[in-house]
Amino acid sequence: MNVKEIRSQFPILATQTYGKPLVYLDNAASSQRPVQVIQEWDRLAQTANANIHRAVHYLAGEATDAYEGTRDFVKDYLHASAREEIVFTSGATASINLVAFSFGEAFVHEGDEIIVSMAEHHSNIVPWQMLCQRKKAVLKVLDIQENGVLRVEQLEELISHRTRIVAISHISNVLGIVNPVREMVTVCHKKGVPVLVDGAQGIVHSRVDVQELDCDFYAFSGHKIFAATGTGVLYGKKKWLDAMPPYMGGGEMIETVRFSGTTYAPLPEKFEAGTQNFNAIPTLVPALRFAKSCMEDTETIDNQKNITEYIYNHLANHPLITLYGRPKHLEDKIPLFSFAVKGAHHEDLALILDKMGIALRSGQMCAEPLMDRLGVTGLLRASFAPYNTLEEAEYFVKALEKAINMLI
Amino acid sequence: MMLTLEEKKQAVIEDFSLYDEWLDKYEYLIELGKSLEAYPEDKKTEDRLIKGCQSRVWLDYILQDGKIYFQADSDAIITKGIISLLIGVYSGRTPEEIASDDFAFIEKIGLKENLSPTRANGLVSMIDTLRTVAENAR
Repeated sequence: MNVKEIRSQFPILATQTYGKPLVYLDNAASSQRPVQVIQEWDRLAQTANANIHRAVHYLAGEATDAYEGTRDFVKDYLHASAREEIVFTSGATASINLVAFSFGEAFVHEGDEIIVSMAEHHSNIVPWQMLCQRKKAVLKVLDIQENGVLRVEQLEELISHRTRIVAISHISNVLGIVNPVREMVTVCHKKGVPVLVDGAQGIVHSRVDVQELDCDFYAFSGHKIFAATGTGVLYGKKKWLDAMPPYMGGGEMIETVRFSGTTYAPLPEKFEAGTQNFNAIPTLVPALRFAKSCMEDTETIDNQKNITEYIYNHLANHPLITLYGRPKHLEDKIPLFSFAVKGAHHEDLALILDKMGIALRSGQMCAEPLMDRLGVTGLLRASFAPYNTLEEAEYFVKALEKAINMLI
Repeated sequence: MMLTLEEKKQAVIEDFSLYDEWLDKYEYLIELGKSLEAYPEDKKTEDRLIKGCQSRVWLDYILQDGKIYFQADSDAIITKGIISLLIGVYSGRTPEEIASDDFAFIEKIGLKENLSPTRANGLVSMIDTLRTVAENAR
């Protein structure tokens, strides 16, 4: 696929900001949506809008088919062993909170330990901190090396007989480094400890096979992978999901309700209380299809690789710039670059670049502990998607240079 | 002779209108930020931080002969330019003058609309702080 063809599927990319063409480099925060996703969203709202599962009427059937069909699709996409292992949520944050609560209720007790890494998004820290507070458990942290790579060799000794779960990101949203999840799962499983993978970035940049990874949970959001906002997935091995109590009570998740006692629905409804986002969840189908087609397309792979090499080399060799997340091999780096410019505040840079049409992220990227570890108050982050061109990358480099010159 | 508050605001509006492009307006703010009088390091304290700004902004003041004199700093230069602009207008005024002002000149130069929402909130916080200082000194 030619990048121009890809771009033509994304109407928003034609936007002009302050009279300049939009260069959207904030994809790690949220991606844009192709027409096929927008159309599916629209189609469901216009032709299949009714609450799913319960009613016997035609529209409810249409909506239910779309919703449950999406579950089958996601199951195949992730190569899960059963459709019951796919739970729909509002996003990666909700997926992780679900596990932190329900797994915690069933398996975490006073004095137990939970391990996260130094490079986690707040969404994969705070739910575990809350669990630790609730259960008087202890949160332990796997550190990173100076180049940002996880100290995987320390994982084994960090795990004790009190460790109940290890929660790590597939790819850090700040460092853009692909973590050796498969290897880490093996280490954890050898000690009988399950692993949750925060796949918010990982799902976007790699073909995930949950059976191959052998992780116990995999969480991701739809909006970062071209689907509608308010959509998310939790994959969980059936043996864990079965053993976990429900997270929220309400409609859909019950079997029978009596004041003398309620029994819960089987998986996956047990974890899907209340009215689901049934107009939006089915957009995962065209969105994941699009993502997959990009990941399998040599031209797109080459384009992303060229951008990664170009930006990496520029930022890594710039005398005023410190680039964070520098793995030994560039294959372990996604096109996501967080950096600091000596003498220029990240916010000033972002503000000036915005006026040049470039959208990127400045600040702490929801990873304050990592910022503290790196010794910075914030960074600038440029993250690329398959619709970004090498010309945009070159324009970004020029614009950054101009912004730096304005500031120092 | 110091300009009156109205004259000073008018002067800022005129200065700003010289620039059509937002990048030029930023250049102007950056210059204002760079030329701001040095702020004492020991006054970069938690209680002098203006809450609601994404970058750190410190504001200090003294009340002398019935007038308020502000001093400020920020670790981000455009924000520093904005606070410099504000205290350039309001420093050396009486608490009554500041407290009763409508701060509408900010809208006139289009600053608020052209900041990102977090920056705009920061600007609102700066204005609120100036106003609170003046109210308390009345």
